[in-house]
Amino acid sequence: MAKRLFMFEKPLGMRDTLPFLYEMKKQVRRTMAEEIERWGYEFIETPTLEYYETVGTASAIADHRLFKLLDQQGHTLVLRPDMTAPIARVAASRLYEDSNPLRLAYNANVFRAQQREGGRPAEFEQIGVELIGDGTVMADAEVISLMAALLKRVGLSHFSVAVGHIGYVNALFLEILGNEERASVLRRFLYEKNYVGYREHVKSLPLSSIDQKRLLDLLSLRGGSEAIEAAKALVTSEEGQRAADELAALLAALKTYGVSEAVKLDMALVSHMSYYTGILFEVYAEQVGFPIGNGGRYDDLLAKFSRPAPATGFGLRVDRLIEAIGETDVRGEIECIVFSQERLAEAVELAEAKRAEGQRVVLQHITGIRDIDAYSQRYRSIVYLLGRSGHDGQ
Amino acid sequence: MLTIAMPKGRIFEEAVELLRRADYMLPPEFEESRKLVIDVAEENMRFILAKPMDVVTYVEHGVADLGIAGKDVLMEEERNVYELLDLQISRCHLAVAGLPGVKMNGIAPRVATKYPNVASTYFREQGEQVEIIRLNGSIELAPLIGLADRIVDIVSTGRTLKENGLVELERIADVTSRLIVNPASYRLNGEVIERLVDRLAAVIPQP
Repeated sequence: MAKRLFMFEKPLGMRDTLPFLYEMKKQVRRTMAEEIERWGYEFIETPTLEYYETVGTASAIADHRLFKLLDQQGHTLVLRPDMTAPIARVAASRLYEDSNPLRLAYNANVFRAQQREGGRPAEFEQIGVELIGDGTVMADAEVISLMAALLKRVGLSHFSVAVGHIGYVNALFLEILGNEERASVLRRFLYEKNYVGYREHVKSLPLSSIDQKRLLDLLSLRGGSEAIEAAKALVTSEEGQRAADELAALLAALKTYGVSEAVKLDMALVSHMSYYTGILFEVYAEQVGFPIGNGGRYDDLLAKFSRPAPATGFGLRVDRLIEAIGETDVRGEIECIVFSQERLAEAVELAEAKRAEGQRVVLQHITGIRDIDAYSQRYRSIVYLLGRSGHDGQ
Repeated sequence: MLTIAMPKGRIFEEAVELLRRADYMLPPEFEESRKLVIDVAEENMRFILAKPMDVVTYVEHGVADLGIAGKDVLMEEERNVYELLDLQISRCHLAVAGLPGVKMNGIAPRVATKYPNVASTYFREQGEQVEIIRLNGSIELAPLIGLADRIVDIVSTGRTLKENGLVELERIADVTSRLIVNPASYRLNGEVIERLVDRLAAVIPQP
């Protein structure tokens, strides 16, 4: 008989979540969802499959990372690569009727094909919010503060939020380089985090030494409000000044929210080539080399669903968040009642009483157990209801 | 403590020399050590010695905060790391080479390389369809024994090519070593890393 190689195998990048990890995820998810609800956001669900032509192309995720399939009519479908585009679709079609600010939240698995190193997850859970219809800086401040509040709630003390403003970068590039095409070349270097390439390219451009220096100085605009002052000095256009003013207002608001300590400006932050339109951010935690979440303002997305509206939001990756928090003992929640036949009624009664108190109780017949020692390891405590009443042992 | 992934071999000594010029107190026996992890307590630094191709992996995953890697490796691996400084050391270039006077096989053109991603991108840009054969070393052997018509490899002095009767045909890109940083570490240890970058930048030889 042929060897069945893939007996335990899953498609590339897909993972099982076993009880131990599930418990950790559940706790993190619950804590965060509770906090998000307290801020007045309402959770929604959207389908796993969406049309490629709408949600697929509107999403921030690169085309080659989409899982695509065909439906019976031959339409191309995608497994949702993020939740922002589906929520924009729903908001544009149903919810955003009176054009007032809308606060929506989600907790869902998203799918992104991986090309490198087979084991990297291609499906992972995200939890996040979208604040649609509010173009003010206070909306940006609220989502960043909410994100920080969530991280604190789940016990992450040391994290860092890098904040930038793509409007500032674009304004500076446009005013020095003159056209969008050249700006885009330079923006790509920042997106790819290739500062060496950025410097080399700037030096190769036919610009005055003053303009070259302005472009090079962009790389060192980092830190707090002093970086904003420096940024304002670098740019003359109205758009550039306005972007810098927005960041100043943001920092002030974040201070009021009490989260400014974790926030650092980085004017050269470009986390996507074209998706974001204003303030954008990435969040990092110790022990994890990758961003645990990101977000920003995407004022152009809803227009793709024929309903222009400003919007901002963030998404946190639950798997990386759990890595950052580290292993916590979430086991030992469950109690076990081992009973023999003659004590069934008593066992059921006890289990019902405990369950009514909200405890998790397993009811197990003694003869179903092969190895009592190994079995008892699994539970926080075991109650034995064996033999005739009055002779039970603990 | 900062962890720095260093490439074993060619680049290592030049990188160590650069760090010393930037006044980092590395112990004298640093180069001779066969250890893979070397702690330098005085500088609050840990060095890990890795295969050049793996340095980017260590840094991307964040087990090393920083790394020193050739541009050839960065081009090949396309990892999500910050490329902060051109250290201007270990200068060489990526090139296409082959036997003199031998044309590409018209039926089944083959290219042998340690850099399949770079080679494939390069030939696609030229509009040439070639089969890429990945080798792990002694690339020069491939044209000699008829495995491939061309090779893509790094060339520094050109001696290896010459000794094997090969000639350089096209230059793909210049290569020097770069200082790379993990994105999370760049955010969380910003100031320490900035100091290191400044100290190194001050002693980098100008091209």
